[in-house]
Amino acid sequence: MADTQSQVHQETEMIPDHPEKVTLEGKNKFLGFWFFLGGETVLFASLIGTYLGLRGGTADGPGATDLFHLPLVFVMTMILLTSSLTSVFAVSAMHKGNMKGVLTWMWITVLLGATFLGFEIYEFYEYVHEGLGFTTSAFSGAFYTLVGTHGAHVAFGIGWILTLLIRYRNTGLTLTNAPKFYTAILYWHFIDVVWVFIFTVVYLLGIGG
Amino acid sequence: MSNQKSQSKSTLWDWLTTVDHKKVGILYLLGGAFFFVIAGIQAMLMRIQLMFPEASFLPYQSFNEMFTMHGTNMIFLAAMPLLFGFMNYIIPLQIGARDVAFPFLNALGFWFFLLGGIFVNLSFFLGDGPPDAGWTSYVPLASDQYAGSGLDFFVLGLQISGLGTLIGGINFLVTVINMRAPGMSMMRMPLFTWTSFVASMLILFAFPALTVGYLLLMLERLFGANFFIPDMGGNVVIWQHLFWIFGHPEVYILILPSFGIFSEVIATFAKKRLFGYTAMVFATLVIGFLGFMVWAHHMFTVGMGPIANAVFAVATMAIAVPTGIKIFNWLFTLWGGRIKINTANLFALAFIPSFVMGGVTGVMLAVSAANYQMHDTYFVVAHFHYVIVGGVVLALFSAAFYWWPRMFGYKLNEPLGKWFFWLFLIGFHLTFFFQHFLGLMGMPRRVASYLEGQGFSDMNFISSIGAFMMAIGFIFFLVNVFVSIRSGNPGADPWDGRTLEWTIPSPTPEYNFAQTPLTRDLDPLWYEKMHGDGRMKASEPLGDIHMPNATILPFLMAVGLFVSAFGFVYHNHWVAAGGIAFTFACMFVRSIKEDHGYHIHKEEILSDKEVE
Amino acid sequence: MRGVWRLLSFLAIMLFLAGCGQENLSALDPQGPVADMQFDLLMLSLLVMVFVVLVVVVIFIYVLIKYRERQGDTHIPKQVEGNHRLEIIWTTIPILLLLIIAVPNVVLTFDLADTEPEEDQDVLEVTVTGHQFWWEFEYPEYDIEAGQDLYIPTDTRVVFQLEASDVIHSFWVPALAGKQDTVPGITNEMWLEAEDEGIYQGRCTEFCGESHWLMDFNVIAVDPDTFEAWADSMANPPQELTEPQSEVAAEGRAIYEESCLSCHATAGEGGNPQGGPDLTNFGERSNIAGFLEFNEDNLEEWIRDPQKLKPGNSMPGFDHFDDDEMEALVEYMMGLKVQD
Repeated sequence: MADTQSQVHQETEMIPDHPEKVTLEGKNKFLGFWFFLGGETVLFASLIGTYLGLRGGTADGPGATDLFHLPLVFVMTMILLTSSLTSVFAVSAMHKGNMKGVLTWMWITVLLGATFLGFEIYEFYEYVHEGLGFTTSAFSGAFYTLVGTHGAHVAFGIGWILTLLIRYRNTGLTLTNAPKFYTAILYWHFIDVVWVFIFTVVYLLGIGG
Repeated sequence: MSNQKSQSKSTLWDWLTTVDHKKVGILYLLGGAFFFVIAGIQAMLMRIQLMFPEASFLPYQSFNEMFTMHGTNMIFLAAMPLLFGFMNYIIPLQIGARDVAFPFLNALGFWFFLLGGIFVNLSFFLGDGPPDAGWTSYVPLASDQYAGSGLDFFVLGLQISGLGTLIGGINFLVTVINMRAPGMSMMRMPLFTWTSFVASMLILFAFPALTVGYLLLMLERLFGANFFIPDMGGNVVIWQHLFWIFGHPEVYILILPSFGIFSEVIATFAKKRLFGYTAMVFATLVIGFLGFMVWAHHMFTVGMGPIANAVFAVATMAIAVPTGIKIFNWLFTLWGGRIKINTANLFALAFIPSFVMGGVTGVMLAVSAANYQMHDTYFVVAHFHYVIVGGVVLALFSAAFYWWPRMFGYKLNEPLGKWFFWLFLIGFHLTFFFQHFLGLMGMPRRVASYLEGQGFSDMNFISSIGAFMMAIGFIFFLVNVFVSIRSGNPGADPWDGRTLEWTIPSPTPEYNFAQTPLTRDLDPLWYEKMHGDGRMKASEPLGDIHMPNATILPFLMAVGLFVSAFGFVYHNHWVAAGGIAFTFACMFVRSIKEDHGYHIHKEEILSDKEVE
Repeated sequence: MRGVWRLLSFLAIMLFLAGCGQENLSALDPQGPVADMQFDLLMLSLLVMVFVVLVVVVIFIYVLIKYRERQGDTHIPKQVEGNHRLEIIWTTIPILLLLIIAVPNVVLTFDLADTEPEEDQDVLEVTVTGHQFWWEFEYPEYDIEAGQDLYIPTDTRVVFQLEASDVIHSFWVPALAGKQDTVPGITNEMWLEAEDEGIYQGRCTEFCGESHWLMDFNVIAVDPDTFEAWADSMANPPQELTEPQSEVAAEGRAIYEESCLSCHATAGEGGNPQGGPDLTNFGERSNIAGFLEFNEDNLEEWIRDPQKLKPGNSMPGFDHFDDDEMEALVEYMMGLKVQD
């Protein structure tokens, strides 16, 4: 059995151009993750649909126009989009076999994500103080559930990428960890795209529409 | 967990830690059968109560709990897992694969399903009693103002088991796309694999809507949100949309794999290639697509307005077209064949007229203007039981008789099987046929009883008699399972099969295929029988086979969520958070430990072959 | 044995009659234009569908007889791939059959949603509110309210505004029209007409809780003049209702004022929004609690323990009344009549 293990490691010495999609495990992970994101799309579509159905239901509580600070949300959006860009740099580093580049860019991505999350927590805190609690109205519940679910996804992504960064800080790029980084980056792009929809539907429509 | 083959400590440990798709498949069958029996007993209790007018066998509240849990258990925890059992065991064999794409996730999906299902049913013993708002759990009846803790068990347990189903669906999708043996192109795949593939696609896109529905209901019940409370700006119809956006595809998630089973059984026992294979695949895809376009036909009377009603009515009727294509293709598969009548095929043959009756009443219900008379009456009860029992349950029994020798190494007894078939089939029609009339004569569904002198008594009596026949028939099946054990191993190919699952030794080796087979046409085994020497050509030389390691983590992750769910129901947020944290911790362990599996060596495989 | 005989004799009857059910309850025996239209559409679709079933069953039986494996037969059937012409046939014909149903359905769906009356047609508006587990009927034009019994004039288009106070219910009078849901927070509309005088049974068809199956009501169709008279006296109830003449009834009235009036509005007095049905014309009800035969014994049983008869409704039991008190109360309530 011992030689099996060393065999596996020997194989990983040679890193091809697309290390994330070389092994069958890597291919499966890659495809499976795309399907997973398909399911996530329906999840967010359902939440957005629910929000649209309930956004007029403010009962006696404050509504969207009373609350939303567009400049803050715009800054948050920019931060998150930038983090998507830095994760793209990580992929191109991966394709050059440059693990150091992957790690550096992913650290930056995580920091940007954490900044976004910090702003979001601040935003929620402000709204609660302005009288929009989770149980204030149907609108408030739908808002916190949609944006909060997105926030939870960001938090999970940060935890996931941090795990990878610490676990693989010294291993170099292998055929095992390349797909792991790649799927994490895919996930990160996905939550950024979802945010663009939330920004449009919740914030822009909330203030303009 | 290590890179060594884990030594089985005991049989129990072996099954708790298995990631073998065959064992996971059998676990699904056992779990599904368990809930099937529970739901069946609940059905019998209901039929006893409805046998006579104004009966007092069950209090109304108990009756309401019975039909809620009967539907929940049957749909979520019996029919789907039983199909998953066959899909798990058979799909990799049919496409010439040694494993599924994600063995770990596969086991995880099973344990989520099982513990989620057990959690829902624990409501019989804990809290305020089981859920009582119907399997659809429409709000506000399911909100905390009107329903007790049973609904908490319901939303939490089904979220966990739904997550398991979603994971299972993704696993099948990737397995079918990535794991096919050389020559097994998409258009050479057996129809069971095809239909399961499309059903998995539906799972992927339908279940998240349900998850959101249950999440919202949970947030409302446990954390005071107001999504469905009109006075707080909420809207109760949103729940119905979310539920049926899932709920209607769910019907096709159940029926499509069943169609696949019938296609396999009918082709095998008619000794003919499936008529119109391409049309069949195409029809499956169309049904899958249309399945998402018709959810609101469950809501014609909720006040959506004539435009929505008319559009959804026409869209729903359109589904009859691809379904009709399938029916006629089966009939013409039989046409000109040499039809062997055995239990597996009897179930498949009986399906055709039974299901057509369920289909035509479906079209009648789709007629929106007339639907106002039929909606939520016994007509609907009759319709969906004709579809689910006449389609899905007959398919499950057909599959059991057909694949039993492959999975367990012995054939089920034929005479007992025929007793089972006839009792069940006649009982089924007696139970449900007359319910069409009951509905049109004014009997609403979900009624705990009915008044004397309204003309409902005779038909309800007959219906209950039919239910008893079905139950007795099923006991014949259970007896059959044990009686037949000593009948001996019928070998690799007991039915003169056509597809790859019949090309490997029985019992199935752990690695399925010693050498991955080369597929040269649709029905690859039949092709080799007609054009070759009856054995599959190998597509690779004999070599070491890579296998995944067994692991207890999937089970532990499910236990984490199971414990967490108790925390939520009993408002103990430490337990709730602790359970989830434990699940995440297991996930973390899984993520940082690289598990490369182990190899079965060539010599071992060769010695297996000699024994054979 | 009894079961078998019942079964056989019943099957025989079914063949001839196809079971239409009770005249005032069954959708198969329509008594008004809406139910008529729905019945016709139902029969049209049934006809088409029976044709489909027959085609399938005939081919099915033919195939089973002709191609069943005979003993000693070992031939290998010809492996047919398919047939394009056949595929086209069994795709096209079903589409045509569906069009036969779909077109009239679309037309009728819009007709039924259109509550505007035809020219010169009389209209009555009624607001229906579903409660666990009883029905409230308001007549806004007359400013009156009634519970459980819905009086309507014949040959008049009755337009309903459907609402619910707690959970979702569904308003169904099978002999007159298909159902519409009463949904909290939303007002739905539907209409129906009764051609003949009579009592038609109504049902709640959306599962609404413990006693859902007992949420029955009656539609009482009377000629328009009678209806006007009824509505007038409901709006201006006779004085005996609040000031009964007989001594026993007067005693009953006292108990009623103390124990019942806070929840049940009667002749313009009492009641509250969370309370039970208006009892102004209680003495003319067709049933007690919507489902029990209307007599004094059932009324007494109901008052003593409503939770036993209809569990989950909001009325408390009044088992503490002694027999004399109960007799007086029942006598008073049985006299709550607005018509002569």
